[in-house]
Amino acid sequence: MKMNGARMVCEALIAEGVKTVFGYPGGAIMNVYDELYKQDRFEHILNRHEQASVHAADGYARATGEVGVAMVTSGPGFTNAVTGLATAYMDSIPLVVISGQVPLSLIGTDGFQEIDAVGISRPCTKHNYLVKDIKDLPRVLKEAFHIARTGRPGPVLIDIPKDITAEVGEFKYPDSVNIPSYKPTTKGNNRQIEKAIDAILKSKKPLLYIGGGVVLSNASDLVRKLAKIGGIPAVETLMARGVMGHNNPLLQGMLGMHGNYSSNMAMSETDLIIALGARFDDRVTGKLSEFAKYADIIHVDIDPANISKLVNVNYPIVADISIVLEKLINKLEDKIDSNRYSNWREVLNRYNEIHPLSYKDSDTTLKPQWIIERVGELLGKDAIITSDVGQHQMWTAQFYPFDRPRQWINSGGLGTMGYGFPSAIGAKKGCPDKTVINITGDGSILMNVQELVTASEYNIPVINIILNNHFLGMVRQWQSFFYEDRFSETDLSYQPNFKALAEACGGIGYDVTTKEEFDTALTDAIKKDRVAFINVAIDRFENVLPMVPAGGALYNMILSDNKESE
Amino acid sequence: MADVRRVISILVENESSVLSRISGLFAGRGYNIETLTVAPIPNSNHSRMTIVTKGNKRVIEQITKQLHKLIPVYKVVEHDKMVEKEMVLAKFPIDKNLSDIQALCQAYNGGIANVGKDMIIGMVTDEPCRVKHFLEATERYNPIEIVCSGVVAIER
Repeated sequence: MKMNGARMVCEALIAEGVKTVFGYPGGAIMNVYDELYKQDRFEHILNRHEQASVHAADGYARATGEVGVAMVTSGPGFTNAVTGLATAYMDSIPLVVISGQVPLSLIGTDGFQEIDAVGISRPCTKHNYLVKDIKDLPRVLKEAFHIARTGRPGPVLIDIPKDITAEVGEFKYPDSVNIPSYKPTTKGNNRQIEKAIDAILKSKKPLLYIGGGVVLSNASDLVRKLAKIGGIPAVETLMARGVMGHNNPLLQGMLGMHGNYSSNMAMSETDLIIALGARFDDRVTGKLSEFAKYADIIHVDIDPANISKLVNVNYPIVADISIVLEKLINKLEDKIDSNRYSNWREVLNRYNEIHPLSYKDSDTTLKPQWIIERVGELLGKDAIITSDVGQHQMWTAQFYPFDRPRQWINSGGLGTMGYGFPSAIGAKKGCPDKTVINITGDGSILMNVQELVTASEYNIPVINIILNNHFLGMVRQWQSFFYEDRFSETDLSYQPNFKALAEACGGIGYDVTTKEEFDTALTDAIKKDRVAFINVAIDRFENVLPMVPAGGALYNMILSDNKESE
Repeated sequence: MADVRRVISILVENESSVLSRISGLFAGRGYNIETLTVAPIPNSNHSRMTIVTKGNKRVIEQITKQLHKLIPVYKVVEHDKMVEKEMVLAKFPIDKNLSDIQALCQAYNGGIANVGKDMIIGMVTDEPCRVKHFLEATERYNPIEIVCSGVVAIER
């Protein structure tokens, strides 16, 4: 069938089952927006900034497991989208981002709103395309979705010059993809799997080290099953919160820089790490030479480059985690005795009793941890929780009772402030039946605050809980610990009237200073079903603890404001 | 871990952005490129790149793995048993002894490529370590300009 390139883009999105596109029009992408206007098969959400469009597509992808789609124009439209691409890239989130480009004849002439999108996005996309021939467009669209969602997922950019979206060509959307140079390994080497099974059976203190790859592979049920049949304790990374379920007796908690004592001690004392879709990030390992000194390592990951990148691995298994876990469970089910590791579990339980994750509640000021626990009590596993970046993010990861994968959405790898609100909008579009809460800070929320307008216009009732300490809290905490309280440019005492700001944009605002007020505000916001800001005045100097100072050994934690672990 | 020299051949799709994908990967991840050569493979839509790099064992392993991840990369060969050659063009002033320079170039699998009004151009093709010796030997003839091609390699 003959049609122009712009229509081809729309037809491809429809063929891929896309329901929602997030974007912002402009000169070079206008042809596509014109075709978009003529169809009613998918919805377009007009964010008020391209960065927010990409984060929204990203939140949609994380909440649903489908490929998120965003659309932007050339030049500044594209450069605004770069932070969104990089955020998705670092956390391996499947996105297809379509950007307009100046006409082919203008490329390279410093044309109006021209920028080398493919050049700029190369290090922050899984792959990217500049379409120079209308004949390539159907294949490129098909390949982009395939590459985004297979193997280690990631964002793919398609940059399309304006004359290509105008040009008419033959459109037949390909049924299948054939990229001879791209064949991800998914099955896993059976000999390595056998060796890994022997290692597990010989181990005395095995530990499941669960990363975001488990969420991406939809392998949570299998991980829970493996842990259960073996009685194997588990720790989760920031990206894996919810995989084991917070009530799971085998779950120690989150490990790493702000991990709890028993998780970090488990990692320091284990004799066998079973790493599943985790990548030994510096925020997890602490000082590498002191990391898990007594452990052999089984590492299952779809990306071979993650294996032995930072820490030598004894049993490398390049595969889709789900496939390997099925094999492991099949073979281990009859052989493993879940009592075998009971001593090890007792050791860890004792660690947890000595130094549980805790905070000191107060009658006079609101503690951020209390707020998060309270949201957990009221909404539990039904809510989707997004966050921005900083103290509030860590407190949420520590204290929210996450019960299922895809419940917790945050920018772990890139650490993007401004991610929480737009990603919550995306998550709510993907899961309209779920309550979506963005737990944010007074610094982060301002980085995409224009999305109040988007959420109001489309009535996307996202509730933003601003844990307001009038500080860039995490940087302030580091300044307190490591820079002798020199609070260089972190005091945010001057700030907008958040309640009025929300109301000015068509939302609801609440100012909260007591527990009772918080309960009332949250209940009211849920009932009113509109976008909301709940501005919560919290203790200004509350710290995120425990803390492993950057570059320190994982077992050397600052446990409370005046106590260090030995 | 000590640094080692490695020759890596990469078979890629012959498309416009592929060189920047590979050189960008090296730059972005802080890997070394000592030499890089690239040319299309006859009668195919593939190109072959040969990169000489230096790094410890872990870095070299990461380089090959990261290269593999690039979508237009078909094959990455970290050479072990190989024949490697590098070509050098060297320009000398005409007042130097033409036969001396010719003999020198011949000793390194080359000869005189061009003689002009006021200069001689010699050409040699040899293994990288021999090329180094050639370059040392040319010094006494005060070369005006020296151009090295970078290494190409083929597995034995």
